[in-house]
This record gives sequence, structure tokens and C-alpha cells, in this order.
Amino acid sequence: MLSPSNTIGETGATLMVWTAVTLIATPFLWLSGDLLWYGWHQLSINFVVSVPQNAGREGGIGPILVSTGLIMTVCMAVAMPIGLGTALFLSEYTQNDQVSGRLIRGSLDVLAGVPSIVFGLFGNAFFCQLLGLGFSILSGGLTLACMVLPILIRTVEESFRAIAQDQRLSAAALGISQRATIQHILLPAAIPGVLVGCILGLGRAMAETAALIFTSGYVDRMPTSLMDSGRALSIHIYDLAMNVAGGNSNAYTTALVLIGLLLIINLSASWITKKWTTLNQLPS
Amino acid sequence: MNNIILGTLTSFRALLVFPLLCLYVLVFLPPAEADSGKLVITGSSTMAPLLLEIGKRFEATHPDIRIDVQAGGSSRGIADTIRGLADIGMASRTLTPEENHLHGTVVAHDGIGIILHVSNPLQELTNKQIRSIYSGETTNWQQVGGRDGPITVVNKAQGRSTLELFLQYFKLSNRDIHAHVVIGDNEQGIKTIAGNPNAIGYVSIGTAQYDASHGLPIRLLPLQQIPASLDTVRTGVFPLSRPLTLVTKSSPKGLTKSFIEFAQSSKVHDLILQQYFIPF
Amino acid sequence: MILSSNNISSHSKTDLHVLWSLQVFAVVAGSLLVLVIGFILRESWPALSRLGLTRLFTDPGWFPTEHSYQLTPIIGGTMLAACGSILLAAPLGILSALFCHFYAPPLLGKWYRHMIELLAGIPSVVFGFWGLVVLVPLVASWHPPGPSLLAGILILTLMILPTIMLITHSSIAQVPSAYIHSATALGLSRWAVIWHIVLPVSRIGMLTGVFLGLARALGETMAILMVCGNVVQLPSHLFDPIRTLTANIALEMAYALGHHRSVLFMSGLVLMGLVLCFVSVAEALRHKANHAIAK
Repeated sequence: MLSPSNTIGETGATLMVWTAVTLIATPFLWLSGDLLWYGWHQLSINFVVSVPQNAGREGGIGPILVSTGLIMTVCMAVAMPIGLGTALFLSEYTQNDQVSGRLIRGSLDVLAGVPSIVFGLFGNAFFCQLLGLGFSILSGGLTLACMVLPILIRTVEESFRAIAQDQRLSAAALGISQRATIQHILLPAAIPGVLVGCILGLGRAMAETAALIFTSGYVDRMPTSLMDSGRALSIHIYDLAMNVAGGNSNAYTTALVLIGLLLIINLSASWITKKWTTLNQLPS
Repeated sequence: MNNIILGTLTSFRALLVFPLLCLYVLVFLPPAEADSGKLVITGSSTMAPLLLEIGKRFEATHPDIRIDVQAGGSSRGIADTIRGLADIGMASRTLTPEENHLHGTVVAHDGIGIILHVSNPLQELTNKQIRSIYSGETTNWQQVGGRDGPITVVNKAQGRSTLELFLQYFKLSNRDIHAHVVIGDNEQGIKTIAGNPNAIGYVSIGTAQYDASHGLPIRLLPLQQIPASLDTVRTGVFPLSRPLTLVTKSSPKGLTKSFIEFAQSSKVHDLILQQYFIPF
Repeated sequence: MILSSNNISSHSKTDLHVLWSLQVFAVVAGSLLVLVIGFILRESWPALSRLGLTRLFTDPGWFPTEHSYQLTPIIGGTMLAACGSILLAAPLGILSALFCHFYAPPLLGKWYRHMIELLAGIPSVVFGFWGLVVLVPLVASWHPPGPSLLAGILILTLMILPTIMLITHSSIAQVPSAYIHSATALGLSRWAVIWHIVLPVSRIGMLTGVFLGLARALGETMAILMVCGNVVQLPSHLFDPIRTLTANIALEMAYALGHHRSVLFMSGLVLMGLVLCFVSVAEALRHKANHAIAK
């Protein structure tokens, strides 16, 4: 939109900007190219469902996907009700300047900044040892739930706040109870926001490794209960890369699967947001 | 328009209750017997592959039982056993006097060997040379009669019994060691050395022989002119050997006992030999 | 929301039940931070009370099995890696945000932004894996041993760059277009407009991004654990291996007992303190920026 002039400084600046962009684009393309090149040819249904063999050098990632799924289920099953409840409380029952609201919001903001390894320490001390859950899918899921709560609450709260005040006032004027207002007016209107919040939280949880090393453990077998130790996808990549000589090719494919899942998660979040904004613009 | 999206999610209550219900079902559906039939074994990365195999064979004869093995170092095995996080700890060394309150059972023997990349032409190193490499005085392979190339010293992390035995044998202190890479599991060490032609490291002989026979580019060096092999460890000639021990908090009972007895029995000798260890 | 106790047509108690249960959820969520900090304090208490903070700096080195717990080289390594990556990522991030706004053809700019968003979504373990397989051998062929401070800085740069770029991007987008148009109308060149108008106006947003990036770099664990070599030492040059606070916890937590474990929790506390400092500076800056725009 601005026309470049031809001074030396101008050319230098342009050169600098394009160099920076090349410097960033190269490793990105290199990384994704590498993952596709080395990971793609092994990717098959068989890889996704079969059991890892010989410490993961051969075989697939079936039980690891199941463990990851269970950890995510535990995480969301705990985080969703707490997150939804807190978001409702924050948006409907507290004003911006109220002490309780500010306290909760502030502590959630701080929690969002805590490094994931610290959550791992906490999970190990609290869930694994104090509550006696040991290295288990349950401990891992609960630790992740603590970690994703802030991001979930913030997104959901924003979507409640975006609902026009008129709707609440009309409901109150009609004498509808608050419970009914929440159930029939606020929740339906905020469903996409809630979904997006959950999906974003899920994405963050799925990418996590450090918080899981000391909580859900390393066992790469098919879990039979939530008290079993289960290996998440990210930990499988870590283990193959660090501790298994000759594990690189399976690590590439597993990384490809993980990134594919994360991509689906993120795309569906942005798809829902987009869909919803266009829906809302239509007269209902 | 909103109602269309809401669709199946009928009510507020469903939205809250459903996930909780899922959780409870998942927690309580698998009957509690799954817990009583489970053994958690953690510790030495040298022993983990062996115990994994023994566990599989044990499970084959005891279908209700599940055996979970996790590596992390001998100190972890002992720490987890003391804290009750593991039923059995794996320690690839003898118990120290401070650990006398624990109960140890030897299942096999192993040695510690110096490994190099296969392309490294060096055939032998004296103890003195190894000491000077690890303390940072020798920094190029030329100084010990090899080709020209800077030495990458790979050392074990603290809490690993391999490190403790290595230091003890070479009369070194961890403070004197000048390392370039610090590794955890044996496999990590082998992977590091397989990827770096100028590296030197030390790992379990069993693990090294297993990996070398599976085509990894590493080579074991003799120690004091005694080759690092199954035979020299078996006859006790190899100077750097150690017992592989299963540790329990008190003398083993019930399932723990039957598993340890199984691991000591001749039914698993072939598994021990497959991993290049010496049966008890 | 209007409480229905003030509402003459509804006397039902369900509203109170709803309020009550929501409060319970909110209290649980709000007290989580206290629980986390409380637990880490509880676990680090033996070390804090028996050893004290000074031993972390006066002990002869980090030899936990010999009860010597000096954290200086580890803290130093952490800071060096984080600061080094910020020095690289900040200019690159800001330049690429400028690229999207002023230099790129519209379609390319959009694609580039999507690429950066994708980069932000790659899990740290994948960065670590790629670093270990590609970057470390590359560094080793240049100057052995390979796993080094440099490898760590490069990987961290890639990881924090999206944070800086995306925040700068949105703060540049908030620069009133009237400023830019009038400056252009006055005949200022593209770079002059950027240098004299865009950068000064959006500097608070950029600083926010830099501080958030720094916080992320400090708290990053997996990638750095995989590429840095994990030797406890103060590096004398870029090719020396280092160990960071996070990697130290991840490596030693599994087998730590007694004071050693306690010291690890304490280092977690130190780490959390450092990270939260930077995050709160970033939050304060963001607040200031919002305020300035509101005016």
C-alpha cells in the first residue's frame, strides 16, 4: 500500500525484512518437509492400530492413541464442568470491579503463566503421591485439567459476555428463573464459545509432554483401567527420539499423527468460530 | 437458530452431568481386581528390557495379571519402592549399607563396558587413558594413538548405578569428570555414540551387545585386555561387573513373591541370555 | 444478572442452588493456584528450612548424590538460553510482522501469517525431536560436540517467534491508519513511516510480546532437554552444552529423594517466580497499551 522509494536505506530495510522472512520460512519448511518425507510413507491404518514392538522401533501406536484419548477424556471431563461453572459465575454474578471476581480472574491469569513442568511437579506430589493415584492415566488427566482450566475459562467467559444484555433483561422481565435463563437462553447462545474453549484446551493438553512425564508414566501397553499407566503420543515421541536407537522413523510418523490431530483440532475451532459469526449475522 | 446448534445437548444439566458420568464410569467400570493383579516395576534402564520380557512370559501363564515396567535408573527403582509407587524396584548394583532395610534378590549378572563408534579405529585404551579422557586432560583421539578428531565424552546422569560403578572402578569423582553430553538410559547413550563417530561412553554390556548384534554402529572395548563379553563376565574375569537386583520393601509376599521366584527360575534363562546377561 | 430474590413472580429456590453450585466451581478454580503454590512450597519446605537459599549459591557444585546443591550454573544456563533466543527472535518476529503489513503482497502476507500460526501449534517435543535429529548433527559438523547452548537457542527462537510475531502483528494493526496515510501523503518513504510512526506507536505491544516470549523460553522443557546436552556448567562459548532449570527437574525428578527432591521443588519455585515476573510485566504492559488505545 506504500510505494517504495529508491534510497539506499530503503533498499537495505527491504532486504532486511525479506532476509528475516526467509530465515524463518526455511526452518519451518525444512521441519514440515522432513516430517512429511520421513513420516508419510509409514503412515497407514495398520500403524495407527497396531501395538508397538521392540521398544517402539517396530509396530504402531494403537495403545498409545488409546491412552492419549483416555488422558484427554479425563482432562476434559474434569475441566469442562469446573470451567463452565466458573465462567458462568464470573460473567453472570460478578462485575469487573468486584473483589471475588478479580481474585478468581487474577489467580487464573497467574495460573496460565505457570510453566508446564511445574504442573508436572505439582501433579506428582499431589495426585500421584498424596492422593495415592500413582503413575496413572487418571493422575495425568487431572494434572492436565489444572493446566487447561485458565484458557478454557477465559474463552467461555468471553462468549457469555458477548451475549446481549437485552436477552437477560427480557428473561428477568418475564419472570423466568435464573436457572431457566441459563439453561434456555445463555447456554444455547454460548455453545460455540464453549466448544471453542474446550477444543483449544484439548489442543494445549495434547501438545503437552513435560507435565505428563511424572504423572502418567511411560508404559506403552493397552490400558485396561484409568489406574494404569499410559503413554501419551508426545511422550512416545520423546522416548523414541531420546532412548531408542533406531526409533527415529517411528518417531517421525508419530509426530506426523500428533501434528495432524492438533491441526484438525485447531481447524475445527476456527471453523466453529467462523460459522458462528456468520450465523449470528443472519436475522434469527 | 440457536436451537439448531443446541440439538442433542438438551439441557444445562446434561452438559454438566454427562462428562462427570463418563469419568465415573471410566473409573469404576473396570473392577477392582485389575488393581490387585497388577505389579509395578520401576528402576534401572539396564534391567527394564529383561523384566519386560520376563513380565510377558509371566502374564502368559497368569492371564489376570498385568506387569508394568518403567525405566529411570536404579535410584528411581529404590526411591519408588520406598515411597510405595512401585511394587518391585530394579537396581543394577548391590544394595548399599543404608539400603539394608530393603530386600534384594539377584536375578542376573552384567558388566559395564566402554563403547566407541564402529568407525573409530582404536583397538584398546588403558585405564589411565580412560581416566585422562574422562577428566578432560586428553581431548583428541590422536593423543591416545587414534586418528585426528576431538573426543566427545558421554557421561551418565547422577542416580544411575552405572555411573557409580564406573567412578568407583576408575577411582574418579564426579567432580573431576569433564563431560560433553550427559545421558540417562543406556539406550540414550548408545544412540548418542551411534550418531557421533568421535564419542566415547560406557553402558551395560548386555544392552551394548544386544544393540550391536541388531546392527547398530557401536563397538565394545576390552578392559585391561580382557574382552567385554558374556563369557568373561560369567567366569568373573571381567573387572567391571555387577549383580542385577530386584528390590522390595520387605521380604516378598503373594504375587510379588511368585513373580520374583519366577524371575529367578530356570524358566527365564533363555530370556536372560537373549538380553546378553548371565543367569543367576 | 438480576437475582430472582428481587423478582416478585419467582420464589423458587432453584436459583439459589444454581448460584451455590456455580460458586463452588468458581472457588475450586480460584483456589487451584493456591493449591499448586502451596504444594510446591510444602515439598520444598525441608530444603528451604534446613539448607536455606544461600546454599543454592555457595555449595561447591551440583552433585545431589553428595548433598551439594549449587544452582548457579543451571540458573545461568537458563538465562543464557532464554536471553539468547530473545535476541534472535525479537528482531525476526518484529520484522516478519512488518513484512505482513507493509512488504508482502496481500496473499503472501496472509499465507505467511498462517505459516507462523502453524509454527505456534507445533508441540515442543516435535521441535526437540527435529532439533535432535537435524540441528544437533549440523552444529556438531560445524563444531563438536553438537548438543549445545547454540542448538538450544536456535530451537527456542523458532518456538517463541510466533508469540512475538503475532502480538506485534496485532499491535501494528491497531496503529490508526490515518497516521500512516498522512505520513505517506507527506512523502515519507516506507521505511521512514515504519521507523518514525509505526514502531514508536506500537512499541508497547512489541514489548508485551517480547516479555511473553521470554517467559515461554524460560518455562520451556522438552525441546531444550533434548538438544542442550544437559551438562551442568557455565558455558564458556556457544558450543558448550548447558543444563536449564526445567531440564534439571525433568532429568532428576524421577529418582530424587529427601533433600534432593526438595531442592528440585525449590528450583521449580524459583522458575515459577522468574516466569511470573515476566508474565506480570507483560500483563502490565498490555493493560497500559489497552489504556492508551482507549484514550
